[in-house]
Amino acid sequence: MDIELILNSFPKLLSASVTTLKLLSVSMIIGLFIGLFFAIMRIKNNIFLGKLAYAYSYIFRGTPLLVQIFIIYYGFGQVEYIRESFLWVILKEPYWCAIIAFALNTGAYTSEILRSAFQTIKPGFIEAGKSLGVPNKIIFYKIQIPIAIRQSLPAYGNEIILMLKGTSLASTVTLMDLTGVAKFIISTTFKPIEVFIIAGSIYLFITFIIHNLIKALEKKYSF
Amino acid sequence: MELLLFGKTGWGDELLIATLMTLAVSIAAMFIGFIFALIFTPLKLSKNKFLNIIANFYTTVIRGVPELLVIYLFFFGGSSAIMFVASVFGYNDYIEINAFITGAFSIGIISGAYSTEVFRGAIQSIDKGQFEASNVLGFNKVTRFYKIILPQMLRLSIPNLSNVWQITLKDTSLISVTGLVEIMRQSYIAAGSTRDPLLFYTVAAVLYLILTFLSMKIINKMEVKYNKGY
Repeated sequence: MDIELILNSFPKLLSASVTTLKLLSVSMIIGLFIGLFFAIMRIKNNIFLGKLAYAYSYIFRGTPLLVQIFIIYYGFGQVEYIRESFLWVILKEPYWCAIIAFALNTGAYTSEILRSAFQTIKPGFIEAGKSLGVPNKIIFYKIQIPIAIRQSLPAYGNEIILMLKGTSLASTVTLMDLTGVAKFIISTTFKPIEVFIIAGSIYLFITFIIHNLIKALEKKYSF
Repeated sequence: MELLLFGKTGWGDELLIATLMTLAVSIAAMFIGFIFALIFTPLKLSKNKFLNIIANFYTTVIRGVPELLVIYLFFFGGSSAIMFVASVFGYNDYIEINAFITGAFSIGIISGAYSTEVFRGAIQSIDKGQFEASNVLGFNKVTRFYKIILPQMLRLSIPNLSNVWQITLKDTSLISVTGLVEIMRQSYIAAGSTRDPLLFYTVAAVLYLILTFLSMKIINKMEVKYNKGY
């Protein structure tokens, strides 16, 4: 065990975890909106929109995240049409490519979580709203959405943790996140165990915090 | 499209072999995972606190740390660990472990952690009466496990194991960083030499979709088959 290496690499890995957290939070926020959008498409009784949303979630859940990042980062850069459009400003940055891939990926999983939450809402809640003369829109925003969010909290907490692990793939498109820096230190020092212990502990620590935050939220919004 | 043809100029045959490689690694990893799960599930359910801690440590760490980091640990650490063991026995040459073994082993350890949780849940949902009945009939612990608990546990865990299989299948794409030529690595090579990454990564995505689609069909059939008596 190389204690000196542990002490030296700890600050480097800690500052790299800021990149990891940034990637995680930005893509989770965008992904939540994408997920909500597609979940609503699934529960509306429009067959075409429902199929479209299903295809989106099937494709993004059925392929590895690595393929998705590579298509966006390496694949799109090859298309002349995209390179000449305004999209190129975003798509030439590995940071934004990673975020787009993560957001679309987590959006697919989130849409499934929210869809099943919407479908488990008791019809009585909606009927009660209707019999009180509440407009449909208000029923949706004030009754269905809050209940669905509460229902999906435990599953969503798992999704955040899965996505935290997913952000490690940003290192494959040259971003120096926690895993990227860890790999760099391993390949220069050839001391994988020491680096694994520190980087792994930082990941576990973040997981622990997310887990407890979600638990606290569940308690707060339980009924 | 010509690029996807079979033969010397096309990448079709290479991609087909790579797909079989992905399947082979996934199956090997799933199998190694089962072995780990069969070791750690009893530890998890045991009444001994120390054994519990070991099993919980395994499942928590592996499920909380990114797959890529675990792969790097085995990729960089695997051969030096084996060389260390070999040097104890007086063998000092360089040993390189095969990329397939490193990959199957690291993904296997990950899938084992998920399978352990699945088996634990399945055993806990087996009716208590089954345990009591086997005790009354005088089965010893080992026969009880193999003849009574294991068959029921496997049936109950099929739906969740299908999730583990999907995770394992997708995780094998990460082994490409170690140089094993599976779907992802082959597409990377093809994309590099033809300068057509969009085509080849899309093909890779389609190949993964076909694999997940087909395996879902097979697993659903299995589920129906093993639930016939219920």
